[in-house]
Amino acid sequence: MSLLDYFKISKESTASLAKERLQILVAHERSSRNQPSYLPQMQKELLEVIRKYINVGQDAISVSFEQDEDQETLELNIVLPDLQPKNT
Amino acid sequence: MARIIVVTSGKGGVGKTTTSAAIAMGLAKKGHKTAVIDFDVGLRNLDLIMGCERRVVYDFVNVINGEATLNQALIRDKNCNQLYILPASQTRDKDALSQEGVGKILDELRKEFKYIVCDSPAGIEKGAHLAMYYADDAFIVTNPEVSSVRDSDRMLGILSSKSRRAELNEEPIKEYLLLSRYSPDRVKLGEMLSVEDVQDILSLHLLGVIPESKSVLNASNSGMPVILDEKSDAGQAYADIVDRYLGEDRPHRFIDEDKGFFRKLFGGK
Repeated sequence: MSLLDYFKISKESTASLAKERLQILVAHERSSRNQPSYLPQMQKELLEVIRKYINVGQDAISVSFEQDEDQETLELNIVLPDLQPKNT
Repeated sequence: MARIIVVTSGKGGVGKTTTSAAIAMGLAKKGHKTAVIDFDVGLRNLDLIMGCERRVVYDFVNVINGEATLNQALIRDKNCNQLYILPASQTRDKDALSQEGVGKILDELRKEFKYIVCDSPAGIEKGAHLAMYYADDAFIVTNPEVSSVRDSDRMLGILSSKSRRAELNEEPIKEYLLLSRYSPDRVKLGEMLSVEDVQDILSLHLLGVIPESKSVLNASNSGMPVILDEKSDAGQAYADIVDRYLGEDRPHRFIDEDKGFFRKLFGGK
C-alpha cells in the first residue's frame, strides 16, 4: 500500500464532504421551492396567536407543505412545553 | 420544426459562452442552419469567442427597437455558412430586452433556422429569464464544484416554473447536463465531485463531460469555437455532445483518468 492510499483511507475526501453538503442543501431548497409564497408569513402569524395563550419558543412550530397529484397537505406541528409540576 | 436551446447555469464563469459557441458551430457543421444569440446585454462576449467582434454593426436591441432588420444584424460565421450570430447590445439599459420583443425575433428566426442557441447571461435577472423563457431544450452547464451545482439546481427550479412551456402547461423543457472543467485525476484523488455525484444530486440526463483543457483558452484567444480544434479533448467532447443531442449513440469519454481512450482499449501503458 502506497503512502497515498494510506491518506486516502484515513481522511474523508473533500469530494464526499461536498456531495453530502449539497444533498442536504438541495433537498432543503427544493422543498421550500414548491411551497406557496404565503407560508412563511402564515407561520409567523400562527406563532403569534399561539404565543398569546401558551408560552412556546420561536421554533416550537413547524409547518410543512406537501403536494402530490390530487391533493395538497398542510401539516402544522406545535410542540407544547412540559407541564409545570403542580404546586402543593 | 425549429428548436430553441438555452445554454444556462446560474453561476458565471462555468463555460456557457464557450459551450454556446461550440454547440452552435457543431450543429451548423452538421448541416443544420443555426443561429446563436447573445443574451448578455451590456456584457457581450459571444462575438469575441466566435471571432466576429469587428463585424458587429447592429445588435439584438437594435432589432427589437426596429432600428435594424434581423438580416442586417445577423453576422454570418466566417468558418461555416450555416451559422449566424446575433450579438448582444452593449447598452447599460437593463430593460432593453422585452419579452414580446424577444418572442417576435425568435418567431422570425424559427422560420429560417433549424436550431436557435440562446447564450444566457449569469444570474437569474431579466436577461437570464428571457434567454430561457421560450426554450424547448436547456443545456445546464455545471462545474463539479459546490456553488455551481447548487446554482444549477436553482436554475432547474426556474426552468420548470417560469418558462413559457411551464406557464402554458405544455410539455416541459428538456433538460440536459453538460459537466465542464472536469478533471478525472482529481476525482480519483477524492478532490472533485464525480459525474455520478453530480448526477445523484441533480438527476439530469448527462449529455456529456467536457474535460478541463488548455485548448479552451487557446480557442478563445484566437476567436475560434473550441469544437473546430478537432484534435483537442474539449473539441472532441463538444463534438460528441452535438452528436448525442442529434440522437447518435456516442459512448461517454473523458470521464476516466486515462486520457488515451485507445491506449486503454488496447491495454497499452
